[in-house]
Amino acid sequence: MDLLSNLALGFSVALQGINLLYAFFGVLLGTLIGVLPGIGPVATIAMLLPVTFTLPPVSALIMLAGIYYGAQYGGSTTAILVNLPGESSSVVTTLDGYQMARRGRAGAALGIAAIGSFIAGTFATFLIALAAPPLAEVALKFGPAEYFSLMVLGLIAATVLAHGSLLKAIAMVVLGLLLGLVGTDVNSGVARFNFAIPELSDGIGFVTVAMGMFGIAEIVANLDSEEKREVFTAKISRLLPTARDFKDSAGAITRGTLLGSALGILPGGGALLAAFAAYTLEKKVARDASQFGKGDIRGVAGPESANNAGAQTSFIPLLTLGIPSNAVKALMIGAMMIQGIAPGPQVMTEKPDLFWGMIASMWVGNLMLVILNLPLIGLWIKLLTVPYRLLYPAILLFCCIGVYSINNSAFDIFMMAGFAVLGYVCMKLSCEPAPLILGFILGPMMEENLRRALLLSRGDPMTFLQKPISATLLAISALLLLVVVAPVVRKKREEAFQE
Amino acid sequence: MKIKNAKDFWAGLMFLAFGVGFVVVARNYSMGTAVRMGPAYFPAVLGGILALLGAVIFLRSFIIHPEKVGRFHLKPLLIVLVAIVLFALALKPLGLVIATVIVVAVGAFASHEFTPKATIVLAAILAVFAVVVFYYGLGLPFNIWPAALG
Repeated sequence: MDLLSNLALGFSVALQGINLLYAFFGVLLGTLIGVLPGIGPVATIAMLLPVTFTLPPVSALIMLAGIYYGAQYGGSTTAILVNLPGESSSVVTTLDGYQMARRGRAGAALGIAAIGSFIAGTFATFLIALAAPPLAEVALKFGPAEYFSLMVLGLIAATVLAHGSLLKAIAMVVLGLLLGLVGTDVNSGVARFNFAIPELSDGIGFVTVAMGMFGIAEIVANLDSEEKREVFTAKISRLLPTARDFKDSAGAITRGTLLGSALGILPGGGALLAAFAAYTLEKKVARDASQFGKGDIRGVAGPESANNAGAQTSFIPLLTLGIPSNAVKALMIGAMMIQGIAPGPQVMTEKPDLFWGMIASMWVGNLMLVILNLPLIGLWIKLLTVPYRLLYPAILLFCCIGVYSINNSAFDIFMMAGFAVLGYVCMKLSCEPAPLILGFILGPMMEENLRRALLLSRGDPMTFLQKPISATLLAISALLLLVVVAPVVRKKREEAFQE
Repeated sequence: MKIKNAKDFWAGLMFLAFGVGFVVVARNYSMGTAVRMGPAYFPAVLGGILALLGAVIFLRSFIIHPEKVGRFHLKPLLIVLVAIVLFALALKPLGLVIATVIVVAVGAFASHEFTPKATIVLAAILAVFAVVVFYYGLGLPFNIWPAALG
């Protein structure tokens, strides 16, 4: 049994003391920033990237992954207790979770969210272990044309799922691609778009972009809309849901897990889409849907399982193809590159300990989240009362130190300030920054593969349509675009995001 | 013609400007051919696409549903930017401790709930934290105190 021996290898890595420690640190930090308003996993991972340089690669990736799914978890805690989603993927949880809390059932809501997430996480971990090797094998056959088309699909999928205007999301992707091209062109050695500034000939660091657009710009946006947070301080009497709760939500957890796992695999998919879809599904299949929005436990169990499953399976495209499906994954690719690992299908064969260790650590991390967080909920509630005015100067400082320490260069801090302005302007104009970051990471990769593909085909662009895999990927991209532009779906999509 | 959607009006202009800008700068580099692309090829094509998208978004803003741009809060933005820039300038000559105090103290002005006492305490705590974690813990190469003193 290959699967079992692979998982055994993975667990032997994940259970090493140092990796357990970093997994623990990751999920704890993830939960913390998930709970805290105004700072998300993207900014946190960006801040920690320079630090990961000093760690062994496995530990670094285990910690970063832990931050990502820990944040999902912390996000749902605030969604239930304060009616504020800590992360976008827990928006749906506010609908029924907060209502449950208002009825004095906060404990049950938190409990079922944790248990549902754990079940979903377990399933998704095994799914990754099962699906990754065959996918990586397919990916090894990929040539430059296939890679190019795959990236097109990934970018299109990311724009389709962005909030708001599709056109603006596509424009943000293209802008990101262009910004990614700044710096020395690898083929000709010509320094492009550097305006004779020596620091720019190495390109713009993506940590700089991410921190400016997510970290700093978000601080400014939060400062101009200081809302008062009302913490739900009612005593949480029992955390364990009752037997009846379990019976009610078993179906929802199962459906959420399956749906979330499937949607997470899509490039550009992941936790947010999974949660929305699961909530809609629960409402559809429920015999009595009248309690939804008023504190139905299924409205918590379904989406919470789905977003965790989706968060896990969205690692599949990253691990097998080296293609990031969202901003967090893009940063993890950055972390791999810092460690000198080229992300892609070869990681599994060349570094099996890293690959399987990371997968096993996800399960370990999920277990930690359940064990840790149930007793720690009191602490998280306390943290919610930390006023933002004490929080944001610290974030500001960490962003500055983080960006500076990559190259020990003050210029990078100035660049970050520039991207903060761009990020703030984009927010005001309802242009999502996430597609830009994705484009930024993929820009150089796309150019490289486009060049190689056209070199091989002697300049004939039909090569993208003549190769079956590439043609299929492009067809799916076109279909996705068509589907979104079609008026019926467009209306549905707007509704889904407004809910 | 009246602008209906101000957000798209400005967003369209911004994308148009970026697109045109990239195309114009790319003209300094060689285009090459599709078989052997020069450094200008891909950015010029993308810049063209971006300019086109920007133009469409711009023109559409005259016909689609109206939307106003939310108030642009210049004060917090400027204060935060000044804090960041001062940190960058202070870090090497003045050291981590003073730079931290500067970024925290200046940055704190951006909030309308600013209180001097809380800010001083916060700056002190963060300065200690930064030195312990980043200098001793992670071994990042900072000056802690002004270079002139060391």
